[in-house]
Amino acid sequence: MTLPDHARYTWGGDEFLVVEIAPDMSLEANFVSNSIAVGLEQRDLPGIVDICPANASLLIRFDPDELPHTELERAVRELETQVRQVSGGVLETRIIEVPVWYDDPYTRETAERFREGYHQDPSGTDLDYAAAVNGLADAQEFIRRHHERPWIVSMVGFVAGLPFLFQLAPQAEQLEVPKYLSPRTDTPPLTVGYGGCFTAHYSVRGAGGYQMLGIAPAPIYDPDRRLADFGDFSVLFRTGDIVKYRPIDEAEYREIQAQVDAGTYRYRQARVTFSLAEALADLEGHNRSLLEALDVA
Amino acid sequence: MSLEIITPGLATTVQDRGRFGYYRFGIPQGGAMDQYSAAIGNRLVGNTPEEAVLECTYLGPKLVTDADAVIAVTGAPVDVLVNGEPAPQHERLELRAGDELSFGVIRGGAKFFIAIAGGIDVPLALGSRSTYPIGRIGGVDGRALAAGDVLPVGARAEEALPRVERISDDLLPSYDQQVEVRVMLGLYDHKLTDAGLRNLIEAEWTLTPVADRMGLRFDGPGAAWKEEAQPFGAGQDPSNITDAGYPVGSIQIPGGTQPIVLHYDAVSGGGYAQAATVISADMDLFARMSPGARVRFVPVTMEEALAARAERRARLARVWS
Repeated sequence: MTLPDHARYTWGGDEFLVVEIAPDMSLEANFVSNSIAVGLEQRDLPGIVDICPANASLLIRFDPDELPHTELERAVRELETQVRQVSGGVLETRIIEVPVWYDDPYTRETAERFREGYHQDPSGTDLDYAAAVNGLADAQEFIRRHHERPWIVSMVGFVAGLPFLFQLAPQAEQLEVPKYLSPRTDTPPLTVGYGGCFTAHYSVRGAGGYQMLGIAPAPIYDPDRRLADFGDFSVLFRTGDIVKYRPIDEAEYREIQAQVDAGTYRYRQARVTFSLAEALADLEGHNRSLLEALDVA
Repeated sequence: MSLEIITPGLATTVQDRGRFGYYRFGIPQGGAMDQYSAAIGNRLVGNTPEEAVLECTYLGPKLVTDADAVIAVTGAPVDVLVNGEPAPQHERLELRAGDELSFGVIRGGAKFFIAIAGGIDVPLALGSRSTYPIGRIGGVDGRALAAGDVLPVGARAEEALPRVERISDDLLPSYDQQVEVRVMLGLYDHKLTDAGLRNLIEAEWTLTPVADRMGLRFDGPGAAWKEEAQPFGAGQDPSNITDAGYPVGSIQIPGGTQPIVLHYDAVSGGGYAQAATVISADMDLFARMSPGARVRFVPVTMEEALAARAERRARLARVWS
């Protein structure tokens, strides 16, 4: 796909600049957003409060008393031009394997509480609905499609440490699922959900509008930083991380939970290089090389 | 010294100026919902503006001090009681060890604040003492206060500025139920129908009871989104966008019906389009209204927003002079 020639610049009050790379989602738009974020961080302008790369856009918080808005816009436009001149970005990142118990009783029970008035098809489960709107045979096929290809963390946000992930699949094979008609007021912690073309991995209990597919046994947000994977920070995922979901059964779910309780659990992970050019030229090949890195980890 | 919480009130939390720099991880700024009222509390007790205060919602706590203390109650109008006897608001109050502080019924607004000399000295979490319940950080174990909590109070600093006994009336905020809130249009306002945009900025909107530190929901004539082909990845509803970051103070309108103003504990991003953002100078207003308040969202330019910001700062400078 091709991106619009220029990003759209718009102000969120006197403290926020929003740069919309494209209204629709693509790997390219996500790369431009992330590259501008990295470039802006390196410039270290005084008055920048926060740089929040999102799926196909970028949110920048600034202090207009320190950094005039016109100056910020000029700097970001310069970076946008530079970023677009570099073809085929490369990301030094990591691949993380994330176990998921699909079609589990916890998200099932929650779904049952939010049918009438919340869901498009109150008679079935979220998984049945997700499969049906994509013309798939059944929930099992949706589950298989969900974990067979890896995902890239395209944004972190909503609540503490919650990643949005975009599947490394050709657009024709992307699954798209409507969000709930009205958001649930409850979602079990570590629910893996689906909305639009994104997976959201709920870090904590709370509201949520994505269709629920399953539940993960290990934390992705650990404010007490008990586990080794949270040595640097309480949030596991960074934008650009690659994630491979692995289906597990109840026995393994409990076993991993026991390791988490004992403080010994570690996510299986490996360093990888993600190349946008390679991914666009031969996605399946690039996916294979990413997954091989996990095999030797 | 410390404060012991006898009854916690409706939703009393520790708040300071907020937590900045972690929005990119979904951790919101937090902080007192009425920063101005929290600041005048700190000024009255001789603190710096950075000290943490208690933010009380509608129904205040009952608490006891274990040592002599200097406090001030600011924000929404409320009867202040020391050992059951009325005491003034917006004044410096001296409590003796064992004194009990409690409150009557609030007479407007939603939030009042208790400042104490030395500040509420809970540990810093990511640079702030503000309570973020969803992320279980800040305040007391990352949650609203509960009966039996004992809050540490910091050592009193040498007062850098002359002592102030009370805040003059012309510096106090007002608590009207008819409020003009200045906003900057933008973000995804091009996705609203012409009538929808007109409704947003010309109609009167009523604050519903669905209002807290995360967001405030308003009732009114609705503001419809254009029925257009949706971009890939956004989701089918015309109010959906490809999930993006949310500016603090931005106004989203899920389904084109009820505008929601996102406040300091709101989610940092998501998939609902926003059509305007409350300017920084007017964010305090939401702690000063209660359900039923009638609000107009008045569009201003960036220059006007910056002028309002400078005005607010000048007013705060008068408090601190």
